[in-house]
Amino acid sequence: MKSLLAVLTVLSVIIGLWYAACVPMNIKGVLDQAERGGEVVEPATPKARRDASAIGLIVKNTFVISRSWSVERPRLPAPHQVLDELWGTTVEKKITSKRSLIYHGQVTLSATLLGFAIGTGLGILLAVGIVHSKVMDMSVMPWAIVSQTIPIIALAPMIIVVLYSIGVQGILPKAIIAAYLSFFPVVVGMVKGLRSPDGMQLDLLRTYHASTNQGFWKLRLPSSLPYLFASLKIAIAASLVGAIVGELPTGAVAGFGARLLAGSYYGQTVQIWSALFAAAILAALLVFILGLLERLILKRMGV
Amino acid sequence: MMLVICAVIVWAAGWWMNVRLANGRYANQRWVQLLVPAIFGATLLLIWELLVRGLQVPLVILPAPSLIAARFGESLDLLWADFVQTILKGALGGYLIGCGAAFVMAILVDRSDFLRRGLLPVGNFVAALPIVGTAPILVMWFGFDWQSKAAVVVVMVFFPMLVNTVAGLRETSVLQRDLMQTYAASYGQSFLKLRLPAALPFIFNGLKISTTLALIGAIVAEFFGSPTVGMGFRISTSVGQLALDMVWAEIVVAALAGSLFYGLVALIEKRSTFWHPSQRG
Repeated sequence: MKSLLAVLTVLSVIIGLWYAACVPMNIKGVLDQAERGGEVVEPATPKARRDASAIGLIVKNTFVISRSWSVERPRLPAPHQVLDELWGTTVEKKITSKRSLIYHGQVTLSATLLGFAIGTGLGILLAVGIVHSKVMDMSVMPWAIVSQTIPIIALAPMIIVVLYSIGVQGILPKAIIAAYLSFFPVVVGMVKGLRSPDGMQLDLLRTYHASTNQGFWKLRLPSSLPYLFASLKIAIAASLVGAIVGELPTGAVAGFGARLLAGSYYGQTVQIWSALFAAAILAALLVFILGLLERLILKRMGV
Repeated sequence: MMLVICAVIVWAAGWWMNVRLANGRYANQRWVQLLVPAIFGATLLLIWELLVRGLQVPLVILPAPSLIAARFGESLDLLWADFVQTILKGALGGYLIGCGAAFVMAILVDRSDFLRRGLLPVGNFVAALPIVGTAPILVMWFGFDWQSKAAVVVVMVFFPMLVNTVAGLRETSVLQRDLMQTYAASYGQSFLKLRLPAALPFIFNGLKISTTLALIGAIVAEFFGSPTVGMGFRISTSVGQLALDMVWAEIVVAALAGSLFYGLVALIEKRSTFWHPSQRG
């Protein structure tokens, strides 16, 4: 309860700061518009205003402050404008419409989920291999760790163009980038998890004369699940980032990345912000679902 | 066809060598533990080269490693200019500002229990979001040059660093803090001598996560607009010209810079947290 109050306080402070920041960010545009509308502003010419400081402009033209929260194409849209756009493009638009964020969201989401499934599957397989084969462990594991330090996202545009040139397009290239980003967190987490049973537990299984196979299914796999879920949460967030970035370099027409790109080309800031918030909500939702799944499964296992 | 068969032989030979080394007598020695991944990497490179030549893969799909190396050697000047623009100015500038700001913020937050309760969940939430998406907005605000890239990096590294530092500053036990109190230590003394050292492993964890984020932020932000120099710019324009050897050369630079950056932070960590169990091995 106390934490909830604290979180709400912090959130309201952030929103308050946001509204406050809108004024100096948008003041010049607002003043230009007011001047065109025939109102008296101080200083009178756009040229003089360009060199003036934002704070000075606000002090001299206090009457426009409230207008800076409802500019058509603001440099920084006010929170309610973003919420308005979010509401308008999700609830009020038909899902089939090209301007519906739900439509764009499901394009990105399908690439994210496909990539997440591929990346997680391959990651778990590689982890099983690494745990069971000393050669694989020694050869592959150092590279898996090193590759974490490399900005793999730099590969994204190339993967898309290469796949395009051999005739693969649509959801798959994005999914591959998403898979690539989610792959390594899963490998590293899963290896840690499969190794988490200590010597005593492994010895116990040996006294039962359990085979490697039985040891894997009855001891290693169950005890790796908490680690797996921790990395799955990182992986799904990474997948979403991968899918969004995968939409950038080809000028894709659908998806959150396409919305961001189109918004930045045409100066539609409200559109950028709403796409950004939609992506954030989607990421939070995905992580939340995984967290729920984790709690359910671990509870049934009695952890 | 000959070359493809060669590739298979190289693969078998490399794997056989690794099997011998990994299951051999010296498997636990340091040089073997370095040699095995090195052999694995070299084998992969060789197979790549042989397969690309043997199957005559066109340049627009996958250039051979030798071609990439040649391109790398030819365009050192260009690559260096891109490196300075993206890594040194954009990523490093943003990294220093972002981590510094997060550190100062964490110290302030740590002084108030209420603030910490409120900010930690928010910070954890934000740290999981696709923050790269703010790149178009920040490019719009700060212009095309490196300042906007640094701004993206600041936003990206701020929350992971903040969350880690705040968690680290909580690391001391009540007993330890009580001891400092019995010494009549001031806030500054107990901070510098007890809580900051105890927080260092967490702080370095945040710093290490941030190195990769910084590079990603700086490169992706260039996809949204940049001057005619920079790694993200070069990658996106070279992809457009189907000059994939250039793209790969940039990726090599990114990989080297990323590992070097991370290695540097890890080295400093090793020097300054030598007392921590994870470093004593």
